[in-house]
Amino acid sequence: MGDLLTIDDLSIRHAGRPLVSGVSLSVTAGERLGLIGESGSGKSLTALAAIGLLPEGMTASGSVRLAGREVIGAADRDVVGLRGTAVATIFQEPLTALDPLMRIGDQIAEVARRRARRDGRSLSRAGVAAEVTALMARVALPDPARLSRAYPHEMSGGQRQRAAIAMALACRPRLLIADEPTTALDVTTQAEVLKLLETLVREENMGLLFISHDLPVVGAAVDRVVVLRAGEMVEEGTVAEVFGRPRHPYTIGLVEAARAFDRAIGAAL
Amino acid sequence: MTDAAPALAPPASRRLTPAFLVGAALVGLHVAVGLLTLVWTPYDPAAMTGGRLAPPSLLHWAGTDRLGRDLFTEIMIGARIALAVGSGAVAIAAAIGVTVGLLAAFASRAVDDVLAATLDILIAFPTLLLAMLIVAAGDGANLGTAILAIGIAASAIVARLTRILARRVLAMDYITAARVSGTSWLGIVRIHVLPNIWPTLIVNFALQFGLAVIAEASLSYLGLGAPPPNASWGRLLQEAQATVYTAPFGAIAPGIALVSLVIGLNLFADGLRDVADPTRRRR
Repeated sequence: MGDLLTIDDLSIRHAGRPLVSGVSLSVTAGERLGLIGESGSGKSLTALAAIGLLPEGMTASGSVRLAGREVIGAADRDVVGLRGTAVATIFQEPLTALDPLMRIGDQIAEVARRRARRDGRSLSRAGVAAEVTALMARVALPDPARLSRAYPHEMSGGQRQRAAIAMALACRPRLLIADEPTTALDVTTQAEVLKLLETLVREENMGLLFISHDLPVVGAAVDRVVVLRAGEMVEEGTVAEVFGRPRHPYTIGLVEAARAFDRAIGAAL
Repeated sequence: MTDAAPALAPPASRRLTPAFLVGAALVGLHVAVGLLTLVWTPYDPAAMTGGRLAPPSLLHWAGTDRLGRDLFTEIMIGARIALAVGSGAVAIAAAIGVTVGLLAAFASRAVDDVLAATLDILIAFPTLLLAMLIVAAGDGANLGTAILAIGIAASAIVARLTRILARRVLAMDYITAARVSGTSWLGIVRIHVLPNIWPTLIVNFALQFGLAVIAEASLSYLGLGAPPPNASWGRLLQEAQATVYTAPFGAIAPGIALVSLVIGLNLFADGLRDVADPTRRRR
């Protein structure tokens, strides 16, 4: 079984200015990799480059292999086939990640129907409805029959993110890219969504690329981490290694900050 | 019943404001009258049925024109012409404008810049002047040319609006999510972009409809609209101009018809958004 995603010496430039340089990482099936860094460190750009969706005006060099196929330099037509089968993405803000004018059930059904078409399966209307209900149950959305008829603005933040995860799952991807999926949620909902992601990745044997700036969240969600700073990799290793014995001054600072926060919380309690 | 999910609001009580209802009633009245003229009019519109320039009476509700034809009959037929021109022009403006706007929104920056600049130049041209040029370039004044001219002139504004609205939708995460899950460009337009820009577009179409009605009246007033057998409000106003001091009713009645339709369309447009956009249905 090959790597789902292999990034080798990826650099991204915009108007001659380097935004990301020399990033290398790989995710295999069942593996959970965290990409840590502050805002503007190039985490999300790296993820966008991985699926060939960099904003206009940015150029990528190096190598990105998605399910064994090179993405950089490939025609969009060739990459579209990979998207939605090899990889699916969950975004930070579920309110903008869902179409405001479409009922949740219809949005999930759209993805399920497309995936079925690609597999050459024909799916009846009842089959689509059954799959939508199953997916909504899978992400623990209560009362699928009622919520599938709801618009995004009628749902809570946690429910929206669960719906977005259900849409990603409808792709049956082998790799899930989660770009700060819990940042917009409150702490208890965060914990639930993290647990859900963890369960899904384990049970479906997917790869997970988890992007966040939040150390405790990353620590709970992944096995290995890559630390980015100003577009460069500064550290890489298992969660225990990097968080336990950080070597790079930047990582030390990050871990120290998280510890200090924990201590402050502890003292207050 | 027991889960912690926020209760869905009770079934949509669409917010129908009085202004919207008044607008819908005015538009509905004109549509009904316009349709009625297809099967029945009080008098033969071309027949001389009374004295010349007779003031309004029970027999001739709006009086008669300088040839003794019944003005009320002509105004009723004018409603049909105004509505035909309005819907035809809006359909043309929508077809051209939405297509060009979407192309610009999806195009690369260079193509988009060229299209945007072209649209800005077209918009800088007064609509009526543009329509007059198109009528002049065509094979003389008739109803079809007038519809085409007004539609083309209005399409630039629709195109620019569509481009801006579509750009805003395309910047949203759900578009990226759709692209990540492998949706084609056409799929994105059909599933996400059009439904999301529709509520704003439909309001603009209703406003453009009103503007088209005025534009048609203006063209007819200038003799560039439907030729004489057709009773356009603009032509009625133009004919009444010569006798406005001796028979002012000849200008007042078509004027009321024109103003009431345009006001109705504008009121209707204001309320339409609340009906078209599900996120605005309950507050």
